[in-house]
Amino acid sequence: MSELEAFRTEIRAWIEANCPPEMKTPIKSDDDTCWGGRNFVFQSEAQKQWMERCAAAGLTVPDWPKDYGGAGLSPAETKIFRQEMARAGARSPLNSFGIWMLGPALLKFGSEEQKRHYLPQIARGEIRWCQGYSEPGSGSDLVSLQTFGENKGDHWVVNGQKIWTSYADKADWIFCLVRTDKENKYQGISFLLFDMTTPGVTTKPIKLISGNSPFCETFFDNVVVPKHQIVGELNRGWDVAKYLLGHEREMISGMGGDGGTASLGGGFKDALGDEPILRAQLAMFDVESLAFRAHSERFMDEWKTGTAHPAYSNLMKYIGTELNKKRHELVMAAGGSDALEWESERSKGGKRARDWLRTKANSIEGGTSEVMLNVVAKRILDMPGA
Amino acid sequence: MAMTYNEDQSMLRDSARDFMKTEAPVAHLRKYRDMDCKDGFSHDLWKQFSEMGFTGILIPEADGGLGMGHVEAGIVLEEIGRNLSPSPFLSTSVIAVEALKAADKAMRDRWFPGILAGETVIGIALEEGKKHHPEKIALKAERSGNGFKLSGAKQFVVQGSSADMLIVAARTGGAVGETDGLTLFAVEKDAAGLSLDAARTVDSAMAARVAFDGVEVNADAVIGDVDGGWAVLSKMLNAGRTGSAAEMVGVGTGAMDLTFDYLKQRKQFGRVIGEFQALQHRAAHLYGEMEMARSAVLKAQNFLDEEDPRAELYASVAKAKAGLACSLSVREGVQMHGGIGMTDEYDIGLYMKRDRALAEYMGDIYFHADRVAKLNGY
Repeated sequence: MSELEAFRTEIRAWIEANCPPEMKTPIKSDDDTCWGGRNFVFQSEAQKQWMERCAAAGLTVPDWPKDYGGAGLSPAETKIFRQEMARAGARSPLNSFGIWMLGPALLKFGSEEQKRHYLPQIARGEIRWCQGYSEPGSGSDLVSLQTFGENKGDHWVVNGQKIWTSYADKADWIFCLVRTDKENKYQGISFLLFDMTTPGVTTKPIKLISGNSPFCETFFDNVVVPKHQIVGELNRGWDVAKYLLGHEREMISGMGGDGGTASLGGGFKDALGDEPILRAQLAMFDVESLAFRAHSERFMDEWKTGTAHPAYSNLMKYIGTELNKKRHELVMAAGGSDALEWESERSKGGKRARDWLRTKANSIEGGTSEVMLNVVAKRILDMPGA
Repeated sequence: MAMTYNEDQSMLRDSARDFMKTEAPVAHLRKYRDMDCKDGFSHDLWKQFSEMGFTGILIPEADGGLGMGHVEAGIVLEEIGRNLSPSPFLSTSVIAVEALKAADKAMRDRWFPGILAGETVIGIALEEGKKHHPEKIALKAERSGNGFKLSGAKQFVVQGSSADMLIVAARTGGAVGETDGLTLFAVEKDAAGLSLDAARTVDSAMAARVAFDGVEVNADAVIGDVDGGWAVLSKMLNAGRTGSAAEMVGVGTGAMDLTFDYLKQRKQFGRVIGEFQALQHRAAHLYGEMEMARSAVLKAQNFLDEEDPRAELYASVAKAKAGLACSLSVREGVQMHGGIGMTDEYDIGLYMKRDRALAEYMGDIYFHADRVAKLNGY
């Protein structure tokens, strides 16, 4: 225990010495998030400094091995690092799908050469990744995807279309599910990596109900992908994808518990005098939200000790995302007509309204609530049927 | 404290599960209901609880008990709930023990041995109206001679007419609605001026309305401090709310298991009804709700055992969430059983009745959601 406490002292001092004061203020909008990548424009010198200092110390990906750009921290040390970051109010130095999604998949399925090539670039924020999964005809039924990679000896020629590709227009590379065998449904998909500047790749942002365009349509027209850019075995990309989705669900399920220890209703205490039913709804929500916080803690404890059901993250994703949608419904209700402003400075560019609309995707992306319930019913409750 | 059971707790769960399933399954409840038992529970079973070591879980080791915590008491309560086992465990071994831990040695020595032996039953005389409002206690205790004279009425005193002693929350000062000026008394069953009117409740338990017509007690009947009873009463309430929530996790889980088994057996339209997605989604949702309730209750128990002040908040989160989940479980249970869910022969209806009684015990969903709001400053 004392070793961990020594680590805490050390990491606290490191954050204190290295985190610029500007990076200890709350994030005001998406623009303040550091995504890295070839084309990323840093918002400030402080943002650049903070990312680079963390990267040099392996702390953009603290739990990855040192050889691949991480700091090699144990789970207990990583937890302490995150606690100390939160304590200092320090912003996340670097966010990316490379860190959250591709990295864990490469660590599990990648070759040694791939790990040494791609992981340090992700850790240093040099390459920004996007994820090519969904297609216009393959949403919940992802395995029906049809983007096809034709075998041409030392490379594939990829043709097809992806949709809901997050930030495809800003990404440098894509990790993409491509059908490499038309005869086998599940065992006919491969997990390929390629550069978004490869000839034949085009993107088109999709304007959403929030007015923002975080997602794109992505088109592949005779895109050449060298054979060494496959992760895992040929036609076994579905295994990689499933592993990644598990990660994504865990990540999304964390959202319902946001807000530290504060209750939602407590934030509106001065505005509820004339709103008894709204107050009651907030109280009922806080019961759920506090219960979910305890539940998340129990899930993590069970996950760590290996006693959680392997399909449990599906349940967490369902509960967490539904709760987050409810949270934003109540935030809008408590905000009244003030919360309707869409463009004013006063409303930070309509942040509340846009955030509220954004949450509607929570229970769609990464597996809909309905699909999560199917999985829970079949895999955890052992209900009969296909 | 981890949100998982340690090895000792897992062993306790296994033995409590075995015991309740064998000695006090739903058939046991039916037997005592159908013989119109005046106690609503079996004294023999209460002795068996003692032999299993359950009755002294919360009694300190110095007083001859096991000195364990609310997690362990909750483990037993969950199995009681799962089997609808009728027993004085919650009122006597959880709530009364929590109060008596604050009493002087003479009183502890007077009551703990009987509880440990499974011979003594204690009733909690708290409520004065049909809903739970502990700060509105009005039953008057006036100084009289060497002691106090109690006048007023209580209701929803579960197993009150079987009790050897009642713990009575009374007002010695302050105004109705204030938490100051309350005092707790240990009143023995044969005290002059005490009269009980017992009635069976929907869940086949017995609950008494108790009238206090100038009941005289000595000063040594006071538990804790005169006028300062709220401190001890709060502990009783936290223990009772968390404990009844644990029992509701058992009731809800028991009902859910019955229902899921039924979905896997019942055939209509040529297939097992559990194949229908309309039912699968509701089943999965229900499972999630019960899981959240279980976590909220375990968190409250951990906070109580760690003497963390957040136990106040989480006792209410636990009671409200367990109330919501357990109620959903019994309602979905009856609906998904279809017609036979309405019959007395099937057990699911008994779960619905037990849920309704526990829902009212020490504050319902709405009381506790309101309390969560107040504790968060709104």
